Amino acid sequence: MKIHLDTGKCQGHGRCYSLAPDLFDCDDLGTAVVIVTGELNDEQLAKAKLAAGNCPEFAITIGD
Amino acid sequence: MINPPVEDFATDFDHTDAAWVADPYPIMDDLRERCPVAHSDRYGGLWAPMTYETVSAIANDTEHFTSRTVVIHNGRPGDDDLPAPIGVAPPISSDPPFHEIARRLLLPAFAPRPIAALEPFTRELCNQLLDEMGDADLVDASVEYAEHIPVGLIAKLCGLPAEDGEQFREFVRIVLEGVDLPAEERIEAFQPVEEYIVAAIIERRENPDDGLISYLLDAEIMGEKLSDEHVFGSILLLIVAGIDTTWSAIGSSIWHLANNPDDLARLVAHPELLPSAVEEFLRAYAPVSMARLVKDDFEFQGCPMKKDDWIFLSFPAANRDPEAFDNADEVLIDREINRHSAFGLGIHRCLGSNLARMEMTVALEEWLKRYTKFELNASEPTTFSQGQVRGPRQLPIQILERS
Repeated sequence: MKIHLDTGKCQGHGRCYSLAPDLFDCDDLGTAVVIVTGELNDEQLAKAKLAAGNCPEFAITIGD
Repeated sequence: MINPPVEDFATDFDHTDAAWVADPYPIMDDLRERCPVAHSDRYGGLWAPMTYETVSAIANDTEHFTSRTVVIHNGRPGDDDLPAPIGVAPPISSDPPFHEIARRLLLPAFAPRPIAALEPFTRELCNQLLDEMGDADLVDASVEYAEHIPVGLIAKLCGLPAEDGEQFREFVRIVLEGVDLPAEERIEAFQPVEEYIVAAIIERRENPDDGLISYLLDAEIMGEKLSDEHVFGSILLLIVAGIDTTWSAIGSSIWHLANNPDDLARLVAHPELLPSAVEEFLRAYAPVSMARLVKDDFEFQGCPMKKDDWIFLSFPAANRDPEAFDNADEVLIDREINRHSAFGLGIHRCLGSNLARMEMTVALEEWLKRYTKFELNASEPTTFSQGQVRGPRQLPIQILERS
């Protein structure tokens, strides 16, 4: 499983990089950036789901 | 002029009505079942969507709705043409494509890292306020605490004297209240705000510093300096939008804890719950309802909207929609999944959301370090603000135990 971030939807609410700083960071404008590449381990998957579930813009999905 | 009382919010909606100001949540729930978009002939025509789905749809639709004025009042831009009040306060009052240009100028100053750097200043300010409250057992958490925190931060960010804070609160009142005044009276009331900001700009032109006013004076769009109106409007936005909003959010959080001793005890025992508690307070007591104007006659989900009708865009109502949130009417300080829209949805996401969250977190942390048990003092009045920003303005708190 991988993280998919729709940068067109992200408005920089900042929930993902607050809740899962090992998976997400932000650029100078506060827009989210995914910093983990490849398949997620179980611990990362749980954090990624938490980040996705708190994104007000539904910009994060987790899938193949 | 005071609007007549509302008899049925579904057909005669008014967010300034005393019943809405006192407790809007049961009214939202009722309207969500019945409408879900309430209507009113007040303010020259107004629609008030009450579900998450309708609020989100309108917030994301910049084709049919404009942000050119975001404070609902009796006038309209263009017809009585107010010279300044918030009508030209970029980027909040801007539509695409200019919106993104104006927003990108300000976003770096409000990104997480520069805001985190303000945390020690905020903590010191909170402790200074708590020290001033001293040993008193009855304190006003709004008047003595919450309202001073955002004022201090905005003054610091803009490079304005902290002692001007009292004036900022008056400016907020002028711009956001008195919405049913005739245009001439609103213009007259606005005069001191204009004079203050113009003087601040002149001062910073002569003596630049590292604050946001100097930054805006120095900024360029496509190689050209910003127009005077743009600089003026953005400073107005910073002063007006950053104060009563965060003040309300801090006040509502303390109000909730004063009324819910179990949540208070849990948060004191488990301070690690504070981040999720802050998000839940933002969801349940979201202070800000925005506004849009309908661009042209247009049917929205069966509602025959007319050009220049207002939209009362209630993020608080969206946040209480049971279709979007489990147990929407319950405040759960450990809620895990919380896609609340307190800072808006779509391109106008609150510019200051990182600042607001930092202020709320620090303000509650420092408050809870001192006061471990407290309750609302029922013999003194608790009052809430009227208008598009909702929060306690008198919040009498009886301190029962301090650490």
